[in-house]
This record gives sequence, structure tokens and C-alpha cells, in this order.
Amino acid sequence: MESILVLTHADESGSALSKASLEAVTAGKELAVRLSVPLTIGIIAVDAVATASSLASTGARLIAVSGEAFAQARYASDVVAAEALCRAAKATIVLAPGTSRFTRVAAGVAHRLGGFIDTHITALGGTQTVEATRWFYRQRVEAVISRSTRPWFLLLDAGTHAAFAGENQPVQIEQVTVTLPALRTTVSGFRTPQQGQQTIRPDAKMLFVAGAGWTKKQPDGEVHAAEAGELILGFLHATGASLGSSKSLVDQGGEGESVLPFLTHMNQIGQTGSTPRHAKGLSTCCHGEEPHVVGWRFIGDRRAISLDPNCGWTRGKADVVYVADAFPVMAKVNALLEAKKK
Amino acid sequence: MANILHIVVCAGIVSDPLQTLEPVTGPAGPGLKNEMVLPAVLDPWAACALYEAAALASKNPGSKLWLVSLGPKAKLQQVMMTVAQKVPFELVPIDGPIGGFPDAHSTAAVLAETIAVLPGLDKTKLLLFGGWESDTRGASVTLQLVGERLGISDQFQGVDEISLRDDGSFEVLERVEGGKHQVSVCAGTPAVLGWATGNLAEPRNNPQVGMANMRTIMPALAKAKAAKIEPNGLSYVSVSLPKQQRDTRVVKDLSADQIAAELVEWIGA
Repeated sequence: MESILVLTHADESGSALSKASLEAVTAGKELAVRLSVPLTIGIIAVDAVATASSLASTGARLIAVSGEAFAQARYASDVVAAEALCRAAKATIVLAPGTSRFTRVAAGVAHRLGGFIDTHITALGGTQTVEATRWFYRQRVEAVISRSTRPWFLLLDAGTHAAFAGENQPVQIEQVTVTLPALRTTVSGFRTPQQGQQTIRPDAKMLFVAGAGWTKKQPDGEVHAAEAGELILGFLHATGASLGSSKSLVDQGGEGESVLPFLTHMNQIGQTGSTPRHAKGLSTCCHGEEPHVVGWRFIGDRRAISLDPNCGWTRGKADVVYVADAFPVMAKVNALLEAKKK
Repeated sequence: MANILHIVVCAGIVSDPLQTLEPVTGPAGPGLKNEMVLPAVLDPWAACALYEAAALASKNPGSKLWLVSLGPKAKLQQVMMTVAQKVPFELVPIDGPIGGFPDAHSTAAVLAETIAVLPGLDKTKLLLFGGWESDTRGASVTLQLVGERLGISDQFQGVDEISLRDDGSFEVLERVEGGKHQVSVCAGTPAVLGWATGNLAEPRNNPQVGMANMRTIMPALAKAKAAKIEPNGLSYVSVSLPKQQRDTRVVKDLSADQIAAELVEWIGA
């Protein structure tokens, strides 16, 4: 019989579980019900009790590794904590959110337990066995996999399950003690690459993608990078959208061409960037080659503004393509959005 | 003061991202149609790791750089004709399968066994580099597993920058949620760094570097050991292309005002 453990960790505040962790809790509950097997939830946090009150209604066994050392997301300490939780739970299936914290350590934990891991899981299915859906080749090929070996670790992509929401109630938590090795790494904090301008917003409803066309010569024979920057930032400010970029636009900085100063490789989506999940996406000045389309795999409603009527977006990738110059269109859009706010 | 580093970069080869990929299932499991004839490139994020490694090695005289790559010998040779012109390195080829479907744990075991016995490698000076994800499997686990097998407990993933200090310690910037970097300071080597894009542009081809590299690459390829990748209980229920095809509405005859009005209504702000 399978035994399921959901690994979770606190968010940046330290007083609640991360949203991705709560999504993993939902996945764990669903799987435990389907397989009629017990569920354990493991928590890594400075103060697990403070984070776990919303888990009371799960009916799961709660275990935790707590302490100041776990305020920081660090391989050497997290791998020990997660290993201890897995051993305490005697789990055959371990679900965990695919956060940067757990992505850093989960494979190491699986190895220490003699287990195996698969990541970027987008769905769990199967009737008699557990089957997991994931993408290969940067979201270009979809596969359903299974493993006969245990323990089997499955890292779940964010946004694939609803976050578990339970009423805050007192909970009973079993504390698991661990002995940490000498720690050679210290986490000193976080740095935002954009100077005072955060443009990556994973929770935004909309993704706005800027392509290389923004910094190319316009009909007057001149480059209007500054104007492009103002239009893009104006739209982001008005809508709260997250900013994505094509690789070619980001790379221009290294090639001495005009750049949008607020763009970094962190904004990049597609083959060598991220594949974010947003309800809507608006692409501007991009071409539609397949590697770029990869970045749009998990965007719900897709529109694009492109001067090229034969762009790849016209071939079944976008819902609407406007064949137009993005400069005047976005200027009008921004003006309308501003007028609506007044 | 320079630190002597022994940098090992693990980098696979992948089908050129511009190619159309079509999955097929054969006797050995899933693969890509005509995979062996598709043009191949060095895995993009691992390539970033290679360029960062070369820059680091050049700033620290006495350092060494190995490139460990697992793939079919013929494809490795084809890819190295280009990669060898970028930066100086010593190739350690392993003859094995290409593609994203072989199990990451077996791949990691083969890589770790190979690195553990690299002649001249001082593990106390080791920086194990690679891409944080491959373009094929995209699992983010292989490098971590290699690090575990080599007993390295200072690991960083999604790295965009490393700054080495005179005392041998280094600062690392790792990508975390929300477009931020986590800043960590590690006391020194050994460590594992899975690179994101880093900050360096792709180096221009340098024929002299290419010629120097190829003198050792060709003999290394001739001696490349064959590796068998076990499935470790992994099985594929189905492998397919995404079916979703959108019924695209192409709008050609609207003015900027009309398009803007339609977009604002769609945005719903």
C-alpha cells in the first residue's frame, strides 16, 4: 500500500505556508482519497505550528522540522530536514511543490533515500497506479509517466492545483529532530535585478511580452527605444501585468544595440526562459518561432500585435492577431486605460 | 589573489530548438523522429555554464576546465566542431543516448562515476557546473544528483552570477520566485552550480582556440566509453504533441484606435 507525504515549507513571512505548498496539499489530499491511503504533511519552517493552523481540516498526520536554521532556503540544511521528514513518514510517494527551495534539494533527498524523482508534474492520474503528466523538450512534447520504484518523489508545477484553504484551528504537530552538518553557506538576503522596478509578477492575470521589434528601426528610420520603454512600463503600471521578453530582445544588451534598461534575462520566456502561467497574454513585436511559442504554453487567452501577417502566431497559436504597428496601438491602449481610471 | 579552480561542466547535446519535434515510440521506448539526423547544439543553459566557467578559469590562472558530455559519439563530434571554437576546455565524452526520455538518475550515476576518476582533478577545488535544466528532459535534477554522488552539500540552482573572493569564498545569485535573486555566500569549493543564463554573451568563434581544443577532442572521442542508461522503473504511458490548435482570428483592417478599444475591453481593466 502506498503512503503519501506532502512536503511543504513556509513562505517569506515565515508565518504561513507558501501558496505552492498549499497547492501540493490539495494534490496530496486528492491522491490519498483516490488511492484510499494515509496522508502525512511535512513542514519545514522556523515555527511550524504558526504555519500549520490552516491544515487542521486536512485530517492528515502533521510532522515538522523547525528552527532558525530553516528560515533560510539552503541546500545543506533543507536536504537534511526533508530527508528526516521522509524517513519519519515512511512515505512511498512524496509530493512537493516545485518552488525554488524544493527544486534545489528534492533530487538530493530522493538520492539519500534510495528513491527516484520526477519534476515539473502538471497532473496526477491513473486508476490502480500513480501516473504523472509532465512536459519534455521545453513544453513541446507531453508525456504521462509511471515508476515502479519507491520512494517516488514528484515535484508539482505551481498553478496546477488549487491552493488548499482550511479554517485556522489548533493543530497537533510531531516535531522531528535533525542534526545539521557544519553549514558552509549563509543566505544573506534577496536582490531584485530591476532598479526599483519589479516587472516580473507571477500572480498577475496577464503576461505582456515584448519582442525585439520594439528596439528596431521604425518607419521614420530611427530607433525609439526610450519611447518603447515608456509605453511598456506605462502598460504594466496601468494593468499590473507581468513582463516577459523574447531572448533576442534581452540579448541585444550584450550586442551593443539599443536596449530596454528594465529587461534582464529573468524576463525571458520561451526555450531558454520561463514558461509562466497567466490567464491572458499579449504579445507585441515578437515573431512566432516555435521556441518562442514554448513560453506561451500555459497562457490561457492569447492575443498578439504583429506587423507580419504570416507570423507564426497566425498559425493556430494565438486567439487573435492584430496586424498593426504596436507603437501607436499601445499608446492608445495606455491612454484609454488611464482615462478609465480617472 | 587568484584561486586555483577545477571546474567541471556537465553539458548534454540537444536537437536544435528551431527544429520541429515529433515523438515516436520504438522498441527502446520513446524518442524523437529522425533524432539522429536532426541538427544538434550544446544544451543552451549548460552552454551558459561553460562560458561562465571559461571566464572564471581565465581570471584564475592555474585553473582547469573539463567539459563532460554524454551523447552519441557522432553527434558529440558534430557539436564540438562549433563549441570547440568558443572557449578552451578538455572534453570528456561519454558515448550514450541522446534525448530527454532516458532516466536522469542513471545519467547522473554515469556522470558522477566519470568525474570521480578524472585524472588530475582535485575535488577540494571542484566547482561542478551545468545548466539548471536541460532543453530535453528539463528536470533540474541531474546536476544535483551528481553532486550528491560526489558528496557535495553546497549546491545552488538557477545561478546567474558567482563572485569569487580572495579568501576562496564566493557569493552566488540564484533565481527564486518573483523575479528576484537569493544571495548566498559559500565558504569555498567544492560546490555545485546549476546555471540559468548568467550574464555573459556567447563568445565569438576563435579558430585558434578551436584548433587547440580539437587536438585533444578527437582522441578523446575515439576513446569515449559507452554508457548504458537503466530506466530505474520509469515507464512511459503516453508521449504526444500538444493537441491544442487555436482558431486564430487575424485582424488586418482595424485602425490603431479600434484595436486599442478592443484590447482594453478584452483586458477588462
